[in-house]
Amino acid sequence: MTSVTAQDRTTAFDAAVAADERIEPRDWMPDAYRATLVRQIAQHAHSEIIGMQPEANWISRAPSLRRKAILIAKVQDEAGHGLYLYGAAETLGTGRDELLDKLHSGRQKYSSIFNYPTLTWADVGAIGWLVDGAAITNQVPLCRCSYGPYARAMVRICKEESFHQRQGYESLLTLSRGTPAQHEMAQDAVNRWWWPSLMMFGPPDDESAHSAQSMAWKIKRHSNDELRQRFVDICVPQAETLGLTLPDPELKWNEDRRHYDFGPIDWQEFHEVLKGNGPCNEQRITQRRRAHDEGAWVREAAAAYAAKHDTARQTAQTAQTAQTGQATQTGQGTQAEQAARAEQSRQAGQPGQAVQAGLTSRPAQTTAAGEATA
Amino acid sequence: MTESTDWPLWEVFVRSRRGLSHTHAGSLHAPDAEMALRNGRDLYTRRNEGVSLWVVPSAAITASSPDEKDSFFEPAGDKPYRHPTFYDIPEGVKHL
Repeated sequence: MTSVTAQDRTTAFDAAVAADERIEPRDWMPDAYRATLVRQIAQHAHSEIIGMQPEANWISRAPSLRRKAILIAKVQDEAGHGLYLYGAAETLGTGRDELLDKLHSGRQKYSSIFNYPTLTWADVGAIGWLVDGAAITNQVPLCRCSYGPYARAMVRICKEESFHQRQGYESLLTLSRGTPAQHEMAQDAVNRWWWPSLMMFGPPDDESAHSAQSMAWKIKRHSNDELRQRFVDICVPQAETLGLTLPDPELKWNEDRRHYDFGPIDWQEFHEVLKGNGPCNEQRITQRRRAHDEGAWVREAAAAYAAKHDTARQTAQTAQTAQTGQATQTGQGTQAEQAARAEQSRQAGQPGQAVQAGLTSRPAQTTAAGEATA
Repeated sequence: MTESTDWPLWEVFVRSRRGLSHTHAGSLHAPDAEMALRNGRDLYTRRNEGVSLWVVPSAAITASSPDEKDSFFEPAGDKPYRHPTFYDIPEGVKHL
């Protein structure tokens, strides 16, 4: 084996990034790159699970069974997105407990957008259309992020976000075309969510602390302002179809720029919410801590169940060995275990062989997530 | 407040339909294999993405080292004659 110098490693990393290759968990990477990714992915994961709260607020009061089923599926997706992202963060060597602890103690942040309240049913539609729409605009370029596990998680998430956005748009359209009161409710929701949605892209480029380095590392592919402009350009015609207006008197097409001009964003509000002074900061984090604490018994039960079955399996194995060294298939073990084994081999064919083959042909992919334990 | 769970990490493989191989979908934590399967179903197949699921303890995977990826895979590098396109065949020869 050849010895690899620090210089070689930096060169290899830079070359991989320059060539648009992906960095994988077991590859060497600069400490600052790792730290930036942990910060960004953790914040993203936290946003997904905190984001469940404002919408879950309306599950019990959804106007129809159809809307209720859709909303439950959406909120469940957000939990799933959080898990994909925590998994990606863990490949960088941080533990799930540590990340949650930092969220609960305020040392890591989540997107400010979730510190706004959902006052009416129309807010669920507005969140789907605008908040998820802004998220998609942000996240599609992240599918090409230089860090492999993050990029792969984003591919999965973007596919699912598309459902989120469309259900929101459809819901708003229904309200907008409904009674005058429903139309008014939809307009009110858009009025309240428009500006916070624009803030989701982060501070202007010249004030964004991490942007330049993240772009150089190809974690970020477009600047905050560029993505914000893209989002505005997408939304204006969509709002017209909805029959709703966007609450910005300065919004107008600029033929020279071939973009919509829009009014100034209240960055003071953004920074206040970020500092913890938004309408719901306290409520969101309190609820998150409570959910975590109240879920303790579920984690304990699962661990106890696993320990019990582990013991049962060991006992069964010992008993087997003590007998005549029969093959496992016909040995002891509970009926459930035998059924599970039969089910497994029926579905999987010959798992052992196939996994081995898969590993030999695609080592990088297969090991990507496994790094978390290293 | 935080109790460390220390559940092992599992790699999840999904077969999207019969006839295709299982493909790595991602990873998750679970206390045992059975829970890993259930969590894997909930996390990676909410939209009929699969007809079969494998979960493998991450710790059970032995991987080649990324640092020696060049030397490790080097033996195949100088053997282009293993590919059919290496060979010149006169034009007009059929079924070859």
